[in-house]
Amino acid sequence: MAKRPAKKAVKSAAEKSTVAEFSKEQEIQAYRAMLLIRRFEEKAGQLYGMGYIGGFCHLYIGQEAVVTGISMANQDGDQMVTSYRDHGHMLACDMDPKGVMAELTGRRGGYSKGKGGSMHMFSREKNFYGGHGIVGAQVPIGAGLAFANQYLDNNAVSVTFFGEGAANQGQVYESFNMAALWKLPVIFVIENNGYAMGTAVKRSAAMAEELFNRGSVYGIPGRQVDGMDVRAVHKAAEEAFAYCRAGNGPIILEMKTYRYRGHSMSDPAKYRTKEEVQKMREEHDPIEQVKRRLLDNSMISEDELKKIDSEVRAIVTDAAEFAQGDPEPDAAELWTDIYVDA
Amino acid sequence: MPTQILMPALSPTMEEGKLAKWLVKEGDEIRSGDVIAEIETDKATMEVEAVDEGTLAKIFVAEGSENVAVNTPIAVIAGEGEDVGEAAAQAPQQAATGDGEAKSAAPEAPRETSEPVIQGGEIIQPDMAADPEIPEGTELVGTTVREALRDAMAEEMRADESVFLMGEEVAEYQGAYKISQGMLDEFGARRVVDTPITEHGFTGIAVGAAFGGLKPIVEFMTFNFAMQAIDQILNSAGKTLYMSGGQMGCPIVFRGANGAAARVGAQHSQDYATWYAQVPGLKVVQPYAAADAKGLLKAAIRDPNPVIFLENEILYGKTFDVPKLDDWVVPIGKAKVARPGKDVTIVSFGIGMTYALGAAEVLAGEGIDAEVIDLRTLRPMDIATVIESVKKTNRCVTVEEGWPVCSIGSEISAQLMTHAFDYLDAPVMRVTGKDVPMPYAANLEKLALPNVDEVIQAAKAALYV
Repeated sequence: MAKRPAKKAVKSAAEKSTVAEFSKEQEIQAYRAMLLIRRFEEKAGQLYGMGYIGGFCHLYIGQEAVVTGISMANQDGDQMVTSYRDHGHMLACDMDPKGVMAELTGRRGGYSKGKGGSMHMFSREKNFYGGHGIVGAQVPIGAGLAFANQYLDNNAVSVTFFGEGAANQGQVYESFNMAALWKLPVIFVIENNGYAMGTAVKRSAAMAEELFNRGSVYGIPGRQVDGMDVRAVHKAAEEAFAYCRAGNGPIILEMKTYRYRGHSMSDPAKYRTKEEVQKMREEHDPIEQVKRRLLDNSMISEDELKKIDSEVRAIVTDAAEFAQGDPEPDAAELWTDIYVDA
Repeated sequence: MPTQILMPALSPTMEEGKLAKWLVKEGDEIRSGDVIAEIETDKATMEVEAVDEGTLAKIFVAEGSENVAVNTPIAVIAGEGEDVGEAAAQAPQQAATGDGEAKSAAPEAPRETSEPVIQGGEIIQPDMAADPEIPEGTELVGTTVREALRDAMAEEMRADESVFLMGEEVAEYQGAYKISQGMLDEFGARRVVDTPITEHGFTGIAVGAAFGGLKPIVEFMTFNFAMQAIDQILNSAGKTLYMSGGQMGCPIVFRGANGAAARVGAQHSQDYATWYAQVPGLKVVQPYAAADAKGLLKAAIRDPNPVIFLENEILYGKTFDVPKLDDWVVPIGKAKVARPGKDVTIVSFGIGMTYALGAAEVLAGEGIDAEVIDLRTLRPMDIATVIESVKKTNRCVTVEEGWPVCSIGSEISAQLMTHAFDYLDAPVMRVTGKDVPMPYAANLEKLALPNVDEVIQAAKAALYV
């Protein structure tokens, strides 16, 4: 990961995303947070297979370090907005796993009362602004949140996630232009997992190795980051938040990451080899990396680790049970929430 | 022969203007390209360059003259070898092209001056005196729709710090159609925000800003350009409240010119009323008179939902009575009886009201008493007011500039069929724009749009007379 052609001295983006050491507490925090997402997503996949979850369901397995590293660096009031691969982001925003899972199963206790589904969930309370189903549409929305931050002078930063597939949408560049023009406090996070549905990044993006440079003509600095290493993500995020909060305008973080599962539950992922997936899992898994460091450096015992594992499993089990047992929304909900009462 | 300089048309909708200033005087030598005068249109002050060369023999229209009609001779030039005195002695000759009755070789006059015009081209006021919303004794002030829209925005921005205006040319240019004139001076660049030409992007940014706690007013130079942004309008602004189980309201106004202007062709002339009116989650407003434009825009800005506010370029310069009240707000979702009557109901909205009221005027002369309803809001549509009227008249004609298929008229017809079937003595008649892309040629454009006569014929058909 994070390999860039050596020729470029350009803002030496990849080189700068060096790894900072984590404290024991940070390692454990990251481990727990990423494991929760992993286990949650595995359970969601299982419930999908059982027919509890319908429609589209895009799992975040493999990409956990990205949102975790960023959420460990943000402050209260900072917003997050992302696409439809959003379960991990919601958990990272400290949204209740029960409410997220119940939304996946379309139940009344879901964050959107069962009316949004996997791709459309929000929590104003936790500053999570969705959950958007149209590829790229969340990018100007994220820039708009930053516009509001600047207007209200509230010192908050909008973290706007999108995939490398969305990075080819026109509205992304319209947003880059205005965000740079108006110096909006927004971190554009490109989660480059290598595949836009079935299309490898090299088949869809010019200069596919340098998506972090996609804002360069607008004067937006970009960094390429090893998105499988939560420490690298965290360090890049800390710098990016500081950059935005200092009033410098937007910044781009290209997270080189990987999804283990298909694009959605119905994707057999035949566009890549099993070996490729296996290699990523064995050599770069974000959770295994932390686990290994924790054990190798004797920061934690096997027993303590197992305790965390079982705590996380219990949370996910509870969420799944709630999501299966919670009633469907009342039929009257069909007609609510179309307008706010004027 | 001496060459007359004619009052030029400086915008697609300009009918007349003010000759603000002469920059040359009689006796001056004029070369092609010289700036000779400044003319104020309803949108801007423009410099006029000379085309013909020679000596300015005589100025016919003094500077400071207002309401100078397009094609009026304003001066005369004596060309090389021509006698200046003789040229000056010539009486101004009205150009052939500006008259309603086009001569064989001359192009048809612009739409506004050539359409069947009632009362000498004056806009017909809805029945303001009878408006129960206006307290008795309220002073009525003649106001253009343009001024009414600006006043509405300015009043709301004074009252609420979270309201701001963004769009192309809204600030330093003072508005492409001058709607936001003076607002940059009053509110500053933080609240009157010029955007690049990037509808998709700035619409998304405005939606995000609304989610983030602000109340944006997005000006589209015209709604034709909002097509670039319709995904953000529908999918992000319109649906998020529902998809979030009621958490994420989007208090935002999308406003701008909608429908045909004059001679701007198919890509700049579409009426989008019915497109947006179909979407649950959006409110859609399309005012006709200035009082409604002001009151409804204030209501739209205060509304916690996304409101599509459809204006009309031709109406911008029209003057109507506006009640002089500190806080004139017209509720969204209420139609208005613009002219009471008993024989046939004519339902319209926006600029369609010019045809509806014009037809009612003519019909009155023939002893037919038409009731004209201005829908004002298209979603939620006040169909109850229409039904009540039809129960009385038993006949209905709908009028709109948009296309006929799946039109507002189609919706009204279906609603009447369901809710007033037994009251109908004739089929509901629809008068709409023709089912063609808007042509450019003056005569074809006129044919493509509805007109007063079509409304009269439709009303008579419904009355079997």
